[in-house]
Order: sequence, then C-alpha cells, then structure tokens
Amino acid sequence: MAKLTVRDVHTHFGSVKAVDGVSLDVRDGEFLVLLGASGSGKTTLMRTVAGLEKLTSGEVSIGDRVVNGLPPNDRNIAMVFQSYALYPHKSVYRNISFPLEAVRTSKEKARERVEWAANLFGIGHLLDRKPRMLSGGERQRVALARALVREPNLFLLDEPLSNLDAKLRHQARHELKKLHGRIGITTIYVTHDQVEAMGLGERVAVMNFGKIEQIGKPSDIYREPANTFVARFMGSPAMNLISKDGDILGFHPENLLPVGDFQPDPDSLRLNFHVSGLEDLGADLLLYGSIPGADTTPMGEGTDVIAKLPARLVSSIKVDAEQEFFVRERYVNRFDPATGRRTTAPATA
Amino acid sequence: MSLAPAKATAAERASARRDALLAVGMIAPAVLFIVLLVGVPFGLAIYYSLHDVTTGGTAVKWVGLSHFVELVGDRNFQQALGNTILFTVGTLVTVLVLGTILAELLMRDFRGKWVVRFLILLPWTAPVALGLIGWLWMYDSVFSPIDWFLRQVGLLGSRDAALGVLPNLYWLGDKVLAKVSIIVVNVWRILPLATVIVLAGLNSVPRDVIEQARVDRAGYFRRLFQVILPMISPILMIAVLFTFIFTVADMIPIFILTRGGPANSTNTLASLAFFTGILGGNLGRGAAIALFLLPVLGGVSAVLLRLIRRSEVT
Repeated sequence: MAKLTVRDVHTHFGSVKAVDGVSLDVRDGEFLVLLGASGSGKTTLMRTVAGLEKLTSGEVSIGDRVVNGLPPNDRNIAMVFQSYALYPHKSVYRNISFPLEAVRTSKEKARERVEWAANLFGIGHLLDRKPRMLSGGERQRVALARALVREPNLFLLDEPLSNLDAKLRHQARHELKKLHGRIGITTIYVTHDQVEAMGLGERVAVMNFGKIEQIGKPSDIYREPANTFVARFMGSPAMNLISKDGDILGFHPENLLPVGDFQPDPDSLRLNFHVSGLEDLGADLLLYGSIPGADTTPMGEGTDVIAKLPARLVSSIKVDAEQEFFVRERYVNRFDPATGRRTTAPATA
Repeated sequence: MSLAPAKATAAERASARRDALLAVGMIAPAVLFIVLLVGVPFGLAIYYSLHDVTTGGTAVKWVGLSHFVELVGDRNFQQALGNTILFTVGTLVTVLVLGTILAELLMRDFRGKWVVRFLILLPWTAPVALGLIGWLWMYDSVFSPIDWFLRQVGLLGSRDAALGVLPNLYWLGDKVLAKVSIIVVNVWRILPLATVIVLAGLNSVPRDVIEQARVDRAGYFRRLFQVILPMISPILMIAVLFTFIFTVADMIPIFILTRGGPANSTNTLASLAFFTGILGGNLGRGAAIALFLLPVLGGVSAVLLRLIRRSEVT
C-alpha cells in the first residue's frame, strides 16, 4: 500500500498530447476515479502510472519512490484491463497464481493466497476451468482475484465493469466498493460512466483533452461543477445550461420545479418553461422544452432544457403549454460566458 | 391454372439439371488434376514397388514384397532413413528457435527494420537451384568464403588453429560436415517462411495479455515461455508441419550439393529413391524407397494436426 504522486506529467504520442500536464495526489488507501470521455487521456494517464507508456516529462512516485524509469514489472502494481486479459491457455488457478510465480512464492503459500483470493470473489469452484468456459462476470472476478493475490502498492482498474451487462454492473459496483473498504489498497479506477464514478469514488477527477478539469468529492463535483464542461458531463440527464442576461446559468434537471406543485423561496430563480414533450419513466417524469428569452447555446444549439420531477409529487403539467417553473437560488450555478468557469463561490469554501 | 405449377417444376428440373452439369464442369478440372497427377503416379508407384521393373526393358515381373524386405537389410537404405530423420529434426529445431528469435526481433520497432525484413525474406524468393549454386561456392573445397573467414580469424590453417592445420574444412567432403551443410541450407531456405508464420502468430497475441503479464511482474523470459509461446503454439505447429513436409520429401539440396556423398553419407529417402529409381534405372526398388515415406508423412501430419486442434485455446 502506498500513496501516489503525479507531478506535471505529460505523455505525448508524436504531436498528440494524450496527457497534457497532470498533477495528482492520491492518499494511501484512497479510491480515486478518473472520469472522462474516450480520448480524454484518462486511460493513458493510468497506463503512464503503470509504466506501460513512457512519460514525456514530469514525475510519478509510488510511495516515496520515483518510478519514472522503472518498467511495470518493478512497480509492484496490479491492474485489471477492460478485456480482463486472462491468460487463455491457463486454468483459473494458474491465472490467479501467475503473479505469485513471478515473485517466487512457495507452493503452499501460493495455494493459500490463491484460495484466499478466489474465495474473496466466490470463484473457488471454478479454479480448474479455462477462461473460455467462464461467463463475463466470472472472468471479471478472476481478473480481480489475480490482481489482488499479491499485495500490490497500487490497484489500477481500467473500465473493469464496461463488459458486464447492466444488471451485473450494479452488483459488481457495490461489491468493488465493499472490497475496497475491506482491503484498503490505494485504487485508481478509470471510467467514462459518471454514474459509476459517483457511486464508487471517494474523489473523482474529471479529465478532458489530457488535463484534469476538476477533482473533488463526487457530490461537490455534481453540485458545483468548476466549469461548463464538467457541468455537461455529470448527471444523467446532464445539467441544463442557459444563456440569460449575459450570464450562463446552470441547474440540474431535478431542481427545475413547477410553481404550484412546489413552493418557491422568495429569492428563487423564476423561469417560464415551455414544455414540448414528456417522458414517464415510472418513478420520474422527464420534461423536455425551452425557456423563452433564454437560449441553450452553451449546451449546443437546439438542445432541450430538461426537468426531472418525481412523478408522485406532480399533478399540473400540460404538454405544449408554457408554465412557471423555478430553481432555488442555492442550486443555481453561474458560469463566465467567456471562459466557461464557474463564477459563484463554492458553498463549501 | 392447374398446369402452371407443373410447368414451373418442369422448368425447375431443367434448371436444376443445368446447375448439376455446370457443377460437374467446374469441379472436373480439379478432379482430373488430382487423379492424373497424384492418383495415377501413386498407383503406379505401388504397382512398381511390387514388381521388378527397370528402365532397361519392358519386362515386368511380380516380386511381391521382396523389394521392401531387401531394403530393410540394406546399409544405404538404413543410412538414408537415419539421415531423413536427422535432417528433418535438425532443421526443425534450428528453424523453430531461430524463427522465434527473428520474429521477436521483427516485432520491435527499430531503424532500418524494412531492410532486415527484406533480407530475411530474400532466401525465400530466390529460386532454389540458383540459391543452391551460391551455397555450392560457400562450401567449395578450395574457395569457400567460410574457410577464408576462419583462416582470417586464425581458427583454421595454421599450426595451433582450433579447427586444424589444413587450409580448408572440405565441407562437402567430410561425412559430418556434409550433413551439417545440408541442414544449414535447409534452415536458410525455410527460415523466412517460418519467421513469417511465427510473426503472424505473435501479432495475434492481444497486447493486453502481454501488458498484463508485465504488470504481473513477469520478466522477458517468463513472458515468452509462459504466455507468448503457449498462446502461439497452434501457429508454431503449422510452422512445424510446413518445415517437416518441406524437409522430409525434398531432395534438391542433396542433389545439387552432395549427390548423396561422400560415400552415400548424406542420402535421404527422397534422394535415394531418385538415384536408385531414375538415375539407376531400378524403378521397382526406387518406388519401394519412396513409398517408405508415405506412412511416416501421413502419421506425423495426423499427429501434428491433432496437436494443433488440441492447443487451440480460444
């Protein structure tokens, strides 16, 4: 176990700046999520930490040791690839024991560790099988067991859940979090799924164009995004951004409420909302529409403003009609139209 | 209306007949090719091997299995059988080791990679006979460049030289060196193909898996022997099969370099069959020698194909 320090790291491929000046401190035992769209540099950053990519400049230290020049095999890290990268010709047992063989562990000790790791993930009954005989979820468990079978300083996960179907993914996410609570190894988790990031991370770093746009607790990033990019990236549906009176205003769909069913505060931002479409998702209603006198160019031309309302609390919505809505002042984010940066001071500061 | 369906089926039958004719027409050349160029000579070989036939006359006398019985006790035949195994195994092992090393090197990025790739493939594109005449010079009893090089570095031709006081090694005139020479030429010819096959295999190993092995703290040799080679073993088997078939049944290097000499020490079954049956005129005996190859080739091929199927992992 160790902390991870990344100092002004650049990883370039020719003229492509995949990682373009990232600094990061990960505490010992922390669970940090790198969140970004594909091509944002999150995977390259992780691979640079692993030593699979050579950094162009900067410094990576694991514990108190600078590892810049060390190959991956000397960094004592464990990694789970998106494809799981199981050794197809080896049994599950030999897959899990492989990292132990490389560091010359005695047979008995290895058996003990493999059984421990296999039981941790409930795959003790699969040890004699070959990877091709396993389901996706089982493969993922084997990959995780292999990663944890020795005691790595750092645990790197590259979108490990993206190959699982939606149902399994929830379960696996929950288990990963529990597991981290139990073994407490410093973990970097790469994902493009902001729901995963919100649910898993102690801290989340949102990346874009090789840079970290914002790093913080998931709830802080969600409530107070540092700029319009992060605002549009977090939440499903994403935060509404509208241009109004030379300002960009941002608010989450669940904070746009109809006057009538809900009671506005005196300082609430009042808006006329023209509802043009309605989706009933069972628990929630999604309303699509526009706000007369405000344009949605910050989100992209022609994008709808969305309101997400708890279905059981709403009775007064009419489609193709204009109606008064409001957003409580504490849920309104303001951004500078020139830089896209947030101008309201964070409430936590 | 009631006639329409009947008419349609008649038309369909006609069209089906045309299709069948076309199919026969299309496949006939291939069938003829196999029957005339493989089946007939094969049948003829079996016929000859059971009869006393020579190129000197038209008499054909049934002799049963006596050709085979005589062969088993014949010293030259035994030598040829041993050589066939020796050359094949020697070539196979050398080609596999060198081919894997070369393919490993060609996987890396370095300056002038294309030159190296071109040079490695060159022996494969050169006509066999031309290449072999080149090798004839390499092994020449007086002008051999290999000997010249050895003399220059002091390993040959002086009083305390490691390889002897004579100015030349007489590659093709020495029983052991002549065998080594044949194996070297075989390796030179087959290595390019084997390298390309192994290279294709290496390229098919997912990058993730190799990177995973690096993260799992495996060093170079552990990655090679525990991960890469087992994963490409089906393709390695193909390389083995090709090398095996090429070497076992091939007599061109022997024909051009040694003619089976010195003293029949480099004959293989293929070359002995040629020298006995065609040049020596004893067709029956030559056919019997050649037929000895059949069960060997068939058996080894079956075993290899089986191994390939078993080692396929994904």
